[in-house]
Amino acid sequence: MTARAPATRIEWRLATVVDALPETPSTRTLRLDVPGWPGHRAGQHVDVRLTAQDGYQAERSYSIASAPEDDKLALTVERLDDGEVSPYLTEELRAGDKLELRGPIGGYFVWDVPIGGPLFLVGGGSGIVPLMAMIRHRNSCLAAGDREARKKLPARLLYSSRGWDEVIYRDELAALAAKDPTLEVVHTLTRNPPDGWTGFHRRIDRAMLDEVAWPASDNPRVFVCGPTPLVEAVASTLVDPV
Amino acid sequence: MTPISRGFRGRRQPEGAAARLPPGQYETRDFPVLSAGPTPRTPLSVWDLTLRSPDGQSARWTWDEFVALPREKITVDIHCVTKWSKFGTSWEGIAIDTLISAAAARGVKTASYVMARSDGGYTTNVPLADLTNGKGWIAFNYGDAPLPPEHGGPARLLVPHLYFWKSAKWVRELRFMENDTPGFWESLGYHNYGDPWREQRYAGDE
Repeated sequence: MTARAPATRIEWRLATVVDALPETPSTRTLRLDVPGWPGHRAGQHVDVRLTAQDGYQAERSYSIASAPEDDKLALTVERLDDGEVSPYLTEELRAGDKLELRGPIGGYFVWDVPIGGPLFLVGGGSGIVPLMAMIRHRNSCLAAGDREARKKLPARLLYSSRGWDEVIYRDELAALAAKDPTLEVVHTLTRNPPDGWTGFHRRIDRAMLDEVAWPASDNPRVFVCGPTPLVEAVASTLVDPV
Repeated sequence: MTPISRGFRGRRQPEGAAARLPPGQYETRDFPVLSAGPTPRTPLSVWDLTLRSPDGQSARWTWDEFVALPREKITVDIHCVTKWSKFGTSWEGIAIDTLISAAAARGVKTASYVMARSDGGYTTNVPLADLTNGKGWIAFNYGDAPLPPEHGGPARLLVPHLYFWKSAKWVRELRFMENDTPGFWESLGYHNYGDPWREQRYAGDE
């Protein structure tokens, strides 16, 4: 028998929206004050529960965007046109509103500094969110100027978006990469590249991964998050070197 | 006291659908894919299925032997712990009852718990009683077509009355155990049993 610590129930908590900031035309980041929040690891998610006047409830899961070190819990939510919950979170909810959530949830898709690197992150669309938590966590831990630590934990992000205006965290990623030579951010735009775009302009494929990924011999830690076709294509290409 | 979400109306399900939805779930018409790792692709020529008793006795079927066993068609609602439910999914597979009977003839004894093991190393634990008496299958057709790899093909466990992570994709072995032992997600914060109607999502949920 495997010994297990007695599990405590992950309780619903009442968060307060500190602010709600647009990231792209279809996504918004909610920064939340969560009394009693037990902390999380980069890559984990929360369950969110909404309750209508008549008691009707809807639950969804959202990845945590903030680093464990950040003082507010951040969720970045993409609006789905036919969605039930995401239009509310991206359009209706505002600073001062309450939001029920429980978490953190998930013990597998997580990375923290002790796990080590090199770190290879592949994201598509809003799949960037848990990867951004890892990037922010890495940045928080590796104190500015600690070049030796950075060298041991190089990170690369390959991020697929439809268009340049749909790149979530675009400015923050650029700023982080600009000040950290061991963080590389590579974009590919699948639909509408801006004029003069010289980067990748296609879906992620084997040639792109060959160019951007660390070789398997470097034993990279790889996290892939995005739409199923992207995840399937990237994961199967990375494990099948043929 | 649950607070009201200011301005939230929500989308009420038609009454029939609402009664079919376990707490906290919503209906989807898609078939979302969630996996802990890359999709394995085992050729049918090397695929096999093993039932193993606690004393190590085992019964093994090749693909051709497996699909020659008596089949059943199953139409069920399925419920994923990530909140989506899908109604009326149609499968074809071999009942665990059928496999256990055939294995018993080869000296394989059952035990109170089962560990399912899959290509790629995934495991999940299920009480034997939740797999027998028409409650569990190993499915290889979805709709009228072979089960696609991303949905667990060539064959997956199907235990529709539990959250769908229990329905292990790419299953290759059922091992009978005297003592319950947590599988992959059960060791990583998810509930040991996973009854959607009692909303047993995470460790510690009642």
